[in-house]
Amino acid sequence: MLQIENLSGGYGDKKIVDRISFGVEKGRMLGILGPNGSGKSTLMKLISGVLEPTSGVVRVDGRPVGDFPAKELARKMAVLPQLHAHAFSHTVRETVSLGRYPHQSGWFSSWSAEDEAAVQEAMQLMDISHYESTLLEEMSGGEQQRVFVAQALAQNAAVLLLDEPTNHLDINHQKELLDTIKKQAIEKELTIISIFHDINLASMYCDELLLMDEGSIVRKGEPHEVVRTHDVESVYQTRVSNHPHPELPKPQITLLPGVRRKPAGLKVRAEDFLVTPEFVAYQSQLPLKTVSSAVVNAGSGWFRNFLNRRVDASYNIDNSYEEMVDYIEDSGLKATDTVAMMTAVRTEHAIVREYKADFGNIVVAVTAGVGNGVDVSQAVAREQRVGTINTWIMVNGILSDEAFIQAMITATEAKTKALQHEEVIDPLTGTIATGTSTDSCLVAATQQGEALPYAGPITEVGKLIGTGVFECTVEAIHLYREAKKA
Amino acid sequence: MSKSVLAYVVSLVLLGGAVVLGVTVGTVPISPAVIWNPSSDEAAANILWNIRMPRVVLAGLVGAALAIAGAAFQGLLKNPLADPYTLGVSSGAAVGAVMTLFFGISIPFLGLFTLPVISMIGALITMLAVMGFARLVDRSMKMETVILTGIIFSSFLGSIMSLMIALTGEELRQIIGWLLGSVSMRGWPYVQMALPFVLVGSFVLWLYRRELNAMLFGEERAQHLGVDVKRSKLAILIGGSVLTGSAVAVSGTIGFVGLVVPHMTRLVWGSDHRHVLPLSFINGAALLIVCDLVARTIISPTELPIGVITAFIGAPVFAFIFFRQRRGGL
Repeated sequence: MLQIENLSGGYGDKKIVDRISFGVEKGRMLGILGPNGSGKSTLMKLISGVLEPTSGVVRVDGRPVGDFPAKELARKMAVLPQLHAHAFSHTVRETVSLGRYPHQSGWFSSWSAEDEAAVQEAMQLMDISHYESTLLEEMSGGEQQRVFVAQALAQNAAVLLLDEPTNHLDINHQKELLDTIKKQAIEKELTIISIFHDINLASMYCDELLLMDEGSIVRKGEPHEVVRTHDVESVYQTRVSNHPHPELPKPQITLLPGVRRKPAGLKVRAEDFLVTPEFVAYQSQLPLKTVSSAVVNAGSGWFRNFLNRRVDASYNIDNSYEEMVDYIEDSGLKATDTVAMMTAVRTEHAIVREYKADFGNIVVAVTAGVGNGVDVSQAVAREQRVGTINTWIMVNGILSDEAFIQAMITATEAKTKALQHEEVIDPLTGTIATGTSTDSCLVAATQQGEALPYAGPITEVGKLIGTGVFECTVEAIHLYREAKKA
Repeated sequence: MSKSVLAYVVSLVLLGGAVVLGVTVGTVPISPAVIWNPSSDEAAANILWNIRMPRVVLAGLVGAALAIAGAAFQGLLKNPLADPYTLGVSSGAAVGAVMTLFFGISIPFLGLFTLPVISMIGALITMLAVMGFARLVDRSMKMETVILTGIIFSSFLGSIMSLMIALTGEELRQIIGWLLGSVSMRGWPYVQMALPFVLVGSFVLWLYRRELNAMLFGEERAQHLGVDVKRSKLAILIGGSVLTGSAVAVSGTIGFVGLVVPHMTRLVWGSDHRHVLPLSFINGAALLIVCDLVARTIISPTELPIGVITAFIGAPVFAFIFFRQRRGGL
């Protein structure tokens, strides 16, 4: 649909865009990324024909843009520039109606039904119909932006060039606007090129991205090919980290601020754990990076408070989450800063131990109840019964993403070994149990001190986890059984 | 739609009222009935049709021409303070007119139209020079830059005119009175001289009403919307110069009409040029007819130059627009 071939240009003698070539197919959305002054806006002006290129050509439908009469080009290509101030008052309707200019011709041509329909539709899409007779100058920057997008949509062009369409908009309107544009792109098979400041937005909405620096293309391709830590860091001169979008198969990036927290001698120690008949708790001075299968704040995050609470065997688990949040808040903690799990086991029987190695140390805390042992290899329908092994591993060191997952695997293997050692039986199958039906695991790290890239069973930290979890689980099962006997 | 119909009805009624007042009020009061029934009072009808009516029609044409030219210049430059007078275009036209008289220029096939045509050329050259210089000073053509450039050109052209007048001695002294702007004692020939140009110039501007709407959002935006910016600009400059030149040729430099009328029109009826242009035309005619009426009756039997009246109204409006634009944060 749109072909850019060897395009160069700039202002006066200054060459800002240097031999850029790419193409966009019909119905696709291409995002242009790049730092300030990288030539994004100049490239847009060269494509829209406002700026004469010094070399190269832009083709729409195979025909060079320069060959189109102004009006015909405007019927093919609509442009949304950055917002400018203006000296006269216009109503929203007048402004949007101007988008129909290229469709009107002749000396006395009047407003057609088609013009009216296009204007109404554009205003509806941008949710500004109710502002129809409001003056532009009385609107906020974000509302004005929507008016100009509506103007561009009213042009009914097959190609849309947008220069930072989400400028001045709050996140709700950013999403609404891009959703609308994207929907239009799909329904009407529009071809869209858009400049973005926000790499994450661009990654979410665009089919393809183009990363520019100093007037040239650094990288072009699908978002996963372009939004890569290395390229983004070198082009923007900023430290970033990338991570997946929670719902879409698109990469996102996060800034890593230059201001970092001081490595205050943060250390997790076993004696700081609070073990009472009601709960096992640990409070850290600084947040720990945590991955867990807890009830409250499961998944990954940074938290200061860790709670393993005892609940009665008859506890109603239907609204356990809300009840647990209330419980946390009632104990004077912030639910947003607390990872909490629960157990029916008597928490005063928790085993909390510290294990040391050259790199530093880890703390393992286990509560175990095995009345509900399950052999995971024997898939049998069973009813839920009480009995849980909750395992916490707190590491004084810097764990990588891999190390967190390896720590979980190592801990689970050690737990299973402990159950085998203690000959815990799955009452339904009569075989050795590998765990219980509701086990939870938590790995937390201070992210200070030594870097621990791996936590498999033969690494220093893996060895501590293996030994620690095995020993603590065995001990906890002993206490559980003694308590049962008593 | 009903709002714009109302706008035209109100404006035409005002114009009709101005015309009736213009031909009936004066040192010799005339009953409006004479307009329809000339035989009722032959002497009054004679004054009405041979003295007052050409004067009123000429005032109307000049007012209409200046107002619609001002509206177009404002749209083209996105500058609410622009009008033929503040841009120095009127002075350029006046220099053309004075030169025609000074050198006794007469282009054979133009005949009667030599004066307005040379005025138009003076207007166009000045307009291009003012815009070129303003762009050289400040690429974004800020409001103040353009007006300041207009003042510089106006002063310079004014001094050229003074020089020419001084060199001619007595003969051209009367030009000074004419320069201050007046539509008195011109008669029907002057109406004939101005009419075709006013109509053609206004029509050209009206053809570019949609382009002007687009250009209010900037030349780049207009180009995105499909406007052939270069051609439209040239057409609007020529149209505006034709109007200014013909108005100045018959009436001298009358200031601020092109500023006040479009501003009031926009304020009441909105900024859409499809209506601003024709409404400014009608209202400009009505305003100048009333101003002329005031000029010749306020200290009767002495007549004031009409430019005194328009400046008296126009300068405060200019100040008000300037204040609002600057304080409005635009």
